Amino acid sequence: MERRRSFPDVLVGGIFILIGGAFVVGSLGYELGTPLRMGPGAFPLLVGALVAALGLAIAVKGLVAGEVIAFGPIPWRAVGVIVLALLFFGFTVRGLGFVPTSAVTALLTTLASRRVRPLMAVAVAAGLTVASTLIFVVGLQLRLPLWGPWLGF
Amino acid sequence: MELLDNLALGFSTALLIQNVLYCFVGVLLGTAVGVLPGIGPTATVAMLLPITFSFEPVTALIMLAGIYYGAQYGGSTTAILINLPGESSAAVTALDGHEMARQGRAGPALATAAVGSFIAGTVATVVLAVAAPPLARVALQFGPAEYFSLVLLGLIMSIALARGSALKALAMIFLGVLLGTVGQDIYTGTPRFTFGQRELYGGIDFVSVAVGMFGVAEILRNLENEQTRTAIVGKVKNLWPTREDRRRIVGPILRGTGLGAALGVLPGGGHVLASFTSYAVEKRISKRPQEFGRGAIEGVAGPESANNAAAQTSFIPLLTLGLPAHPVMALMVGAFIVHGITPGPNVITDEPDLFWGLIASMWIGNVLLVLLNLPLIGLWVRMLRIPYQVLFPMIILFAAIGTYSLGFNAYDVYAIVFFGLLGYILIKCGCEPAPLLLGFVLGPLLEENLRRALIINRGDASVFLTRPISAVLLAVAVAALVLAILPAIRKRREVVFAEDE
Repeated sequence: MERRRSFPDVLVGGIFILIGGAFVVGSLGYELGTPLRMGPGAFPLLVGALVAALGLAIAVKGLVAGEVIAFGPIPWRAVGVIVLALLFFGFTVRGLGFVPTSAVTALLTTLASRRVRPLMAVAVAAGLTVASTLIFVVGLQLRLPLWGPWLGF
Repeated sequence: MELLDNLALGFSTALLIQNVLYCFVGVLLGTAVGVLPGIGPTATVAMLLPITFSFEPVTALIMLAGIYYGAQYGGSTTAILINLPGESSAAVTALDGHEMARQGRAGPALATAAVGSFIAGTVATVVLAVAAPPLARVALQFGPAEYFSLVLLGLIMSIALARGSALKALAMIFLGVLLGTVGQDIYTGTPRFTFGQRELYGGIDFVSVAVGMFGVAEILRNLENEQTRTAIVGKVKNLWPTREDRRRIVGPILRGTGLGAALGVLPGGGHVLASFTSYAVEKRISKRPQEFGRGAIEGVAGPESANNAAAQTSFIPLLTLGLPAHPVMALMVGAFIVHGITPGPNVITDEPDLFWGLIASMWIGNVLLVLLNLPLIGLWVRMLRIPYQVLFPMIILFAAIGTYSLGFNAYDVYAIVFFGLLGYILIKCGCEPAPLLLGFVLGPLLEENLRRALIINRGDASVFLTRPISAVLLAVAVAALVLAILPAIRKRREVVFAEDE
C-alpha cells in the first residue's frame, strides 16, 4: 500500500471544518460567559472548534496519506426521487390527507430503483398505501384525516 | 432473598398478557429486520418509537428491547445461510457458520447459534439482575464532575464501535454533540442555532437523526449498485447437532457467555468486540485451529454466545447510569424521557416494576426467540426473497409517517431528508453513523454536567482531576483514546518499514 491522496478524506474533512466553523461563528453571537457561569455560546464554541480541528486533521492527512476508499457511484436518480418524495410527504400530508399523500410518496419512491417496471411500481404503491392506512390509521389510531381539506373534504 | 423478591416482581410484570404480547412482537420484528438486509434495528426502533408513546412505559421498553436482541439473533441466521451478516456482530459467525451451511450442516449451525444464544442470554440476564443494583447505588454517589467524565468515557469508547479511522469516528462523535446543542439553552433559555424557527426550539428530534442516518442513508447506499440477491438456500434439515458436536460446543458457549457478559458492560458497545474476542480465543485454545474458517462448530458457538450475552449486559450501563451503549439504546433513552422517566440510577428505586419487569422480559424474550426461530427458519429464508424494490419504498413511507406522527410537524420529515443526505455523504467518505448518534444523545448531558460542575466548584476546572472517581474515568478515557489511535500508527509504521525493505 502506498500513501496517496484520498478525495473522500479531503471532502469529509472539509465538511467537518464547514459545520464546525459555522457553529463557531454562530456561537460567537451568543453570550460566552465566564468559566464559573458559562453562557449559552461557550460549549458550542468549544465543540465546534474541536470538530473543525479534527476536520482539518482528516483533510491534511487525506492530502498526504489518506485512507484508500472507493467512493463509488452516486445514484443521482435515487437521491433526487427520494428527497422529492419525502419533501412531498411533509408538505402535503396535512392538506391532501393521509391516503393520497402516502400513495404519491410510495409511487415516487419506487421510481428510485432503475429496475422497476411501471406496473410493478403502481402495484407496490397501491399495496403500501393500503397497508399503511390499515396499520397506522385503523390499527394505531393515528389522528390524521384520510382525505384532506385540499380535496374539498 | 432480596434478589428473588425482585425477580418475582419482575416476572409478575413481564408476564402480564400485554407485556408478553409486545415482547413477542418486539422479538419477531427484531428477528425480521435482523434477517432483512438494508434495514437494521436502529432504523426500526426509530420508526416505531412514536407508536410506543401511547403504551405503558414498561410495555414500550419491553418491546424496544425485544427488537434489539431479536435483531442480534436474526443477524446470525442470514450470516449462516447466505453469508450476509445482518448485524455487525454477526460478521464473525459468517466465517464458520456459512462454511458449515455449504457443507450441508446449516441445521446444526443454526441450532448451535440458538442454543448458545439462549444459554448466554439466560446467564447474562442473571448477571444483569445481580450487578445492576449495586452499580446503581455507586452511581447515586456521582456528582456532575463524575457524570461528565463518565459520559466522555462512554463517547470515547464508542470509537471501538466504528470500523475504520479513529480520527473520523472522533470527529463524528463531536459532530453529534454539536448537533445536540441546537435548541433552547438549558440554563438561560436562549434559543441556539434555530434560525428563528420556533419548530427548532425543542432541538432536533433524535428520531429524525436516527431515521435519516440509519434508514434513508442506508437505502441510498443500497441503491448504488442494485443486484438481485440470490438466496440459494436448500432445505434446512437435521437441525440437531450430533453427539460429537454437542461435546464440542459446551466449552465455547460457556467461555463465550463469560466474555460477552464482561465485555458487554463496556459503554460504547461491547457486543461486536465480544464476538470477535471470543472467536480469537476459541481459535487459540482449540486443538484443531486449522479447522477454523472451514466450518468449525466452535467458531459459531463461541461468538454467538458472546454476542448475545453482551447484548443483555449492555443494558447495565443504560439502566444504572443512563448511558446508552448502542444506537438502539440511545433511542431507548429517548423513550424513557418521553415517558417522564430519567434513565439512570434512580430508575431502580423509583420504578422497580419497570426495572425488574424489563430484566425479566429479556429472559422471556430469549425463550420466545428459541421457540420462534427454530421452527420458523423456513419463513425467514423465504423473507430473504422479498425483492428490495418492494422493501425500500416501504421503509421510506413508514419512516415518513413515523417521524411525522412524532409531533405532527413537517419539519421532522424535512430533517430526515437533511440527515439522510448528510449521513450518506459521511458514510461514503468512510465515517460510521453510530458514534454521531451517541454523541447527539449524550451531548446535552455532557454540556449540562460540565456547566453544573463548574458552577458548583466556582469555575475551577481542576475538579475533574481532583475528585478520584472522575480522575480515574478520565484516565481510562485517555488510555482508550490512545489505544484506539495506536493501532493505526503501528500499522502505518509497519507499512513504512515494509516499503523500506
